[in-house]
Amino acid sequence: MSKQRVVITGLGVCAPNGVGVPAFKEALETGKSGIRFYSELEKLKFSCQIGGMPLISEAVKTKYFTPLQLRNFNSAGILYGVVAGVEAWQDAQLPTDEEQCDFDSGTVFGVGSLGVDKYRESIYKIDEGNTRRLGSTSVQQTMSSGVSAYLGGMLGLGNLVTTNSSACTTGTEAILMAYERIKAGKAKRMLAGSTSDGGPYVWGGFDALRILPSKYNDKPTQASRPLAGDAAGFVPGCGAGALVLESLESAQQRGAKIYAEILGGSSNSGGQRNEGSMTAPNPIAVKRCIEDAVVDAQISTAQIEVINGHLTATSKDGLEIKNWSEALKRSGVDFPYINSLKGMTGHCLAASGSIECVASVLELKHQFLFPNINLHTVHDEVLEHISESKIPRVKTALKFNYLAKASFGFGDVNCCLIFKTF
Amino acid sequence: MSQDIYPQLKEIIKPYLPEDVNPDAISHESHLVTDLNINSTHLVDIVLDVEDAFDITIEDDELDKMETVKASIALIEQKLAAR
Repeated sequence: MSKQRVVITGLGVCAPNGVGVPAFKEALETGKSGIRFYSELEKLKFSCQIGGMPLISEAVKTKYFTPLQLRNFNSAGILYGVVAGVEAWQDAQLPTDEEQCDFDSGTVFGVGSLGVDKYRESIYKIDEGNTRRLGSTSVQQTMSSGVSAYLGGMLGLGNLVTTNSSACTTGTEAILMAYERIKAGKAKRMLAGSTSDGGPYVWGGFDALRILPSKYNDKPTQASRPLAGDAAGFVPGCGAGALVLESLESAQQRGAKIYAEILGGSSNSGGQRNEGSMTAPNPIAVKRCIEDAVVDAQISTAQIEVINGHLTATSKDGLEIKNWSEALKRSGVDFPYINSLKGMTGHCLAASGSIECVASVLELKHQFLFPNINLHTVHDEVLEHISESKIPRVKTALKFNYLAKASFGFGDVNCCLIFKTF
Repeated sequence: MSQDIYPQLKEIIKPYLPEDVNPDAISHESHLVTDLNINSTHLVDIVLDVEDAFDITIEDDELDKMETVKASIALIEQKLAAR
């Protein structure tokens, strides 16, 4: 059986600097930060009292959820995932049949930890001996697959409905898994995305690791500084991104708008060997992941024109640039353009990959590069490998066709995707 | 007594109705699941709301006495009288 080509026909996003694709696109173009100070974090004595959270109005909530669904609802990850996922589905102009499920449509919607606030609420009741008062929805709001379960029901999905989890690689991996399913002819349409809860109970562990910036509590929008010499750690974020992936055949049959094509991708792990550990990447595996993605896409490394990096604003940014440079065998001015969304959104953890893929697809579709914000002096380790001219600091119009996106996560896991204009 | 309970119970039930069921469909004879199409998992939420509204406790083995509006009112009356 011939392999299916896979295109993107819908986008949805719920990001700290913009909820909904139009607001998010504008934020990308203007370099708008979504990082804010949270007094709750100050009260709880966090070192880092800032973060990135999508601002969801009551009107948006009631647009996507029924009053019954909102009753006793307290799962931010499901809220973000549903807002992004349903937006993507509607953007693709796919119908939702209220009577029958669609066996050709499914979802891979990843999470890190889900429903943490609901879990906390339940734990208090359980410890008080009040388990019987949890209500009927505490399971569905806290199970990892809660977000795919909500989306599956709202959209009537009848193909694979599942949730993946691989730390900060989750979102990019979800898209790769959905791509592979369509390519193999096992589904015609897949909603691919990921979501992450935020707030003190998700971010606390990172604060304890002392890897978050603590000197920017009074100037939050300047805190996230990927690639910078004075990068001070990653700013925690949350939200969700979603893409409708569709076989080219299905998209053309129904005359769908096509944003871009996915040419291929790869995922692997460094096995926490060599320089790799639970929290640090094995460079051999990172490079191999990028190389394998290029091979899978059936292009050459010379064709990559733009990279959307993982680039979290920790001390690992220099190593990431080195890995890209060695994997692509390109350096200096020959290196592709590269940017990191995390300057604007912070690190949205399990949601970062999908939100950043939405940004990448918007760049391809509208032929521009979003700016790397908060970048005044590029880190020396970065400049050892690539030219400063390849790191745009303002919105830049660019005619280009090939974009590589990679995400890396705790557990020494990697994922890389290759997108192309259509 | 049941005249007071009925409107309160109706208000408790309303939010759990599927979107295509009109609240006017609620009557004394209604079976919550089969007539009103309420998702059976929501019966535990209705029980909790009833407990809060009337300050009573409904035991797990009494859940099957709340299948219809009429039976629920009877159970609530019985609980209130025993208080």
